[in-house]
Amino acid sequence: MAKAQVTFQDIGVTVTVPAGTRLIEVSEKVGAGITYGCREGECCTCLTKVVSGHEHLAAPSVLEDQVLKDNLAPRHHRLACQAQVLGGAIVVKPA
Amino acid sequence: MRAPASRASAVPVASGVHWIGAFDPGLRSFDIILRTANGTTYNAYAVRGSAGVAVIDTVKAEFADSFFARLEAVADYDEISTIVLNHLEPDHSGALPELLRRAPQAMLYVSHQARPMLKGLFDPAEFAGRITSVGTGDTVSIGDRQLEFFNTPYLHWPDTQCTWLAAEGMLFSGDFLGCHYCDERLFNDAVGDFRFSFEYYYAHIMRPFRGHVRNALDLIEPLPLRTIAPGHGPILRDDPRDYVRRYRALSGGGLHNTTAKTLLVFYISTYGATRRMAEAVAAGAESACTEGGDKAGELRVSLYDIEGSEPAPFVDLIEEADALLFGSPTINGDAVKPVWDLLSSLTMVDVKGKLGGAFGSYGWSGEAVPMIEDRLRRLKLRVPVPGVKARLSPTVDEFAACHALGRQAALHLLGRAEARAIDIAELV
Repeated sequence: MAKAQVTFQDIGVTVTVPAGTRLIEVSEKVGAGITYGCREGECCTCLTKVVSGHEHLAAPSVLEDQVLKDNLAPRHHRLACQAQVLGGAIVVKPA
Repeated sequence: MRAPASRASAVPVASGVHWIGAFDPGLRSFDIILRTANGTTYNAYAVRGSAGVAVIDTVKAEFADSFFARLEAVADYDEISTIVLNHLEPDHSGALPELLRRAPQAMLYVSHQARPMLKGLFDPAEFAGRITSVGTGDTVSIGDRQLEFFNTPYLHWPDTQCTWLAAEGMLFSGDFLGCHYCDERLFNDAVGDFRFSFEYYYAHIMRPFRGHVRNALDLIEPLPLRTIAPGHGPILRDDPRDYVRRYRALSGGGLHNTTAKTLLVFYISTYGATRRMAEAVAAGAESACTEGGDKAGELRVSLYDIEGSEPAPFVDLIEEADALLFGSPTINGDAVKPVWDLLSSLTMVDVKGKLGGAFGSYGWSGEAVPMIEDRLRRLKLRVPVPGVKARLSPTVDEFAACHALGRQAALHLLGRAEARAIDIAELV
C-alpha cells in the first residue's frame, strides 16, 4: 500500500501513514494543534495551512470547496477533517 | 430624569435612524452561561435613506409583535430595500423569516461566515436570490446614505459583523460592546448605572475570544464614532470611545510577564504521590531552561496545588500562560472533581493552541491521565508529549518519566524539541 509522510510542523512530528488517510485521523492522536468542531466539513474550525506538498492531497470535494470559499480561506489551505493524503511528503500546520 | 420610551413607539436615535427593538425586563438567565439582574433589550434599528429603508437586526421570536409594531411606525414594508443581520443567534434573528416575507423586495446582507448558517434558521430556497454575503469594505446604498460592513468574526460567533453608517458616525455593533441591561430610557446617558453589566458581559461573552476582540478594535478604533448602537443594552451616544477603550484594556492582558514563556504545573494529591510527580515534572521543565547555557528569561515554571484555590484565579493565570500540565490521582475510574472544576472553567478564556499534558498516580486502572489529555485536546490545546501514569508510589523510572515529560514540554515551548518520525501504527 502506498505511504505518505505527514509532518505536523507545530509539534515537529512526522508520521508515516497509508494513502487514503485523512489528516484528522492522525493529528489528534499525535497531539498536533489542529482543532476540530463539527468534523463533517461544515464549520471550518479545522482549517489547516498546507505548508508544502499540497499536490499530495486529494482534491477538495464540492462541499469542502464551498466551505473554503465561504470562509475566505487563503490558497493552499484545507479542512483537516476532509483532506485525504495520496502519498509523498506533506507539511501542515494550524491555520 | 428623561421620560422612558413608550412601549408602542420607535425611538429616534439620530436623523433618519430609529430604534425598533424590544424590551425584556423579566429575563434573568441568558444563554445559560450568564445571569442578568436587569433583563435585556433586543436592539434593532431602521435607517431611512433617499432610496429605501434598511432594517438592521431583528429580535427574539417572542418579541416579534413589538418589533413589527415599531417598524410599522416608521416605515412601510414596501419601502424596505435592505435587511442586515449582524449576528444570526436567535435573539437577533427571531423575526427575520417573517420580515423577509413581509418585505419581499428586500435583500438580506450577512457575513460570508453567516451564509452557510442560514439554513439552520429557515429554508434558503424560500428566499432564493435575496441573500448577499459581505465582508470588510463592502457597502450597500440606500440612496443618499451608505452602509459599510466590517467582518468581525467570533464576537462571539463565527458569523458576527459590524455595520457602519458613516453619515451619522454610527456603528451597529451587534453583540460587540453590548450588555444585558434593560432600561426603557435606552441611552447610556439616561439609563441607570449599567457599568457592571458591561464588564460582566465582556467577561462571559467576549473574553474567550479576546484575540478576535483586538482584531475588531483595530478596525473600529479609526472610525469617527459618534454613536455605538449595539444589539443589547444601552445605546452608547455619550463618549462612545470610552467603551472602546475599555474593551481594549480588558482584552489586553494583565501584568507584564518577566519571561517570554510560562509553564504551569497543577496537581492535586491524596497521599503525596501525584504531588511528588508534579515536583519532578516542574524540575524537568526547569532543567530545559538551563540546557545549552544561560537561558534566563526564556521560561518561568510554576507549581500549584489545585486544592489551594477556587478555579477563578487559576483561570486568570491560565489565560496568560503558554503550557498547562495537570496532575490528578484516579479515584473511582476518574480524575478528581477539583481537576474537572478547573478544566470545565477553561471555556471562559482562550486556551486554543496552548501546550498541554497530564500525569498522575493511581491504584488500579489510571483513567485520569488519558481523560485529562482528551479534555485538553477537546479544548484545542496541543498535547505533543504522552502523559505519565504511576501505580501508587512512583518508581525511580516513573519519576524520570515525569522529569522527561516536563523537560519535553518545556523544549516544545521553547522551540527546541527534537523532530520525531513515527509510524501511524505507533499511535493509539
